[in-house]
Amino acid sequence: MSMAILIRLAMLALLAVFLVQPEVFAPFFALFTTRGAPPIYVQSDLLSLALNHMAIVVTAVLGATVIAVGLAVLVTRPNWSEFLPLSRALANIGQTFPPIAVLALAVPAMGFGNGPTLVALFLYGLLPIFENTMTGLSNLPPTVQEAARGMGMSDRQRLWQVELPLAMPVILGGVRLSTVIAISTATIGSTVAARTLGEVIIAGLLSNNIAFILQGGLVVGAIAVLVHDGFVALERRMSRRAGQG
Amino acid sequence: MIELQSLTKIYDGVTVVDDVSLTINSGEIATIVGTSGSGKTTLLRMINRLVQPSSGRILIDGEETSSIPAYELRRRIGYAIQGHGLFPHRSVGRNIGTVPRLLGWKQARIAARVDELLDLFGLEPGEFRDRMPHELSGGQQQRVGVARALAAGPNILLMDEPFGALDPIIRAKAQDDLLAIQRRIGTTIVLVTHDMNEAISLGHNIAVMDQGRLLQFAPPADIIARPGTPFVEALIGSEDRPFRMLALQRVRDLIEKGPASGPAIDAWANARAAYAELLWSGREAAPVQEGGAPVGRITRAALQSQAEKPV
Repeated sequence: MSMAILIRLAMLALLAVFLVQPEVFAPFFALFTTRGAPPIYVQSDLLSLALNHMAIVVTAVLGATVIAVGLAVLVTRPNWSEFLPLSRALANIGQTFPPIAVLALAVPAMGFGNGPTLVALFLYGLLPIFENTMTGLSNLPPTVQEAARGMGMSDRQRLWQVELPLAMPVILGGVRLSTVIAISTATIGSTVAARTLGEVIIAGLLSNNIAFILQGGLVVGAIAVLVHDGFVALERRMSRRAGQG
Repeated sequence: MIELQSLTKIYDGVTVVDDVSLTINSGEIATIVGTSGSGKTTLLRMINRLVQPSSGRILIDGEETSSIPAYELRRRIGYAIQGHGLFPHRSVGRNIGTVPRLLGWKQARIAARVDELLDLFGLEPGEFRDRMPHELSGGQQQRVGVARALAAGPNILLMDEPFGALDPIIRAKAQDDLLAIQRRIGTTIVLVTHDMNEAISLGHNIAVMDQGRLLQFAPPADIIARPGTPFVEALIGSEDRPFRMLALQRVRDLIEKGPASGPAIDAWANARAAYAELLWSGREAAPVQEGGAPVGRITRAALQSQAEKPV
């Protein structure tokens, strides 16, 4: 087993222990507290916060993936190419509109809770997935597509059996970007009462407790790094299998 | 039998294929030769409707191809291209099984067919079935590409510069293998190439194309002896003509009785190779053997008479 895998396993183990038994780390986080403030955030169960945090991220990214990949597939079909500028503009707007502004606009419509955060993350995640899918689908080896046509695959069979599988590593790269961004951005959802790990950070900000801010940030960061590396490993495996690695 | 009738393809006002008519008999190899931009690939791709003709008809065994849905037509016609076009994300076995799977064959039948084809192309099934295309050599990839084209047992095989990406030695071997396999399974082959040597050594008939027009469609000996236009003559090359004529013949058809000394020549070698050997070794005649047994001799005079322009 390589060093890189060992380090990630250790990180995963630390993360798991912290989420289940945060008190174990009290002596460490006590270093960052002043005037006898509590070193560990206990107002909510960290594990359930983390799970809810990830549930929001996964739901938002799944939605963004379906829509962004669907749009990219659509505009790479010959009869739909005129919709490319429109789709690209949509994805761009989703990316440029600040998530915090989305939250502010969504709360009056949807109320407090998970909803506004889901919408913000969904919009924010569209662009990387859309652009990567476009890149993946427009850079397929021409001889392979020619062969697929010559074999008598229908347009749909070509899409599912050849184009999407070959573009998959690049598409996954986009999903990875969106996921990692969503994991960190989800923290601001706690300002509108979404149950995410941002709650810990905000509690720290409100009570001027650096230990809270630190543990919230570290947990989110650790999850993001592990998820990122998981995606990279998957992408590599797929590319290598197809001889592109 | 493939009948092309007045096929024309016009792209944006440019005539790429201009009123081409020809008939390819079942079980024969027709080679289409021409320079790049001659329209030879477009002509080939109209047969399986990868290119839609602007006008004209194509009949396969009397049936007009435009009456068959394009994808269905393509599943009935093998297609092998330069650079093989193997699916990089699928194993060799899955690649070869592509068309049978599209046709809805049972798993067991596909597996048996894949192994049969790997055997036919000299690739040990157990060793190659589960390999990925990028793990093969160029020659092996090319063979898998042809095997894939033949998987569903098509009556017709279209090949677009199938050996273009191979180096000369592997290329010659691949051509021999293709001839051997074609003799065995009797598929009608239409092969596009820019290489006159390849066209001559593979084709029962050669179609010479230039600027979208079919200049001549004839057996190799006719093309060499009686080129229809100056362009065809230039493509053959006047200094190579006698040797190309020789290359069309086998030593076994020119054997005579009598003594000869020195190393023997195989009866199945082509006459050009035999002539080269006699010139090089400075002999007037050489013994000929078939299957290791002496069967007579071949003389320089006999070979020379074959290199003359036929009357």
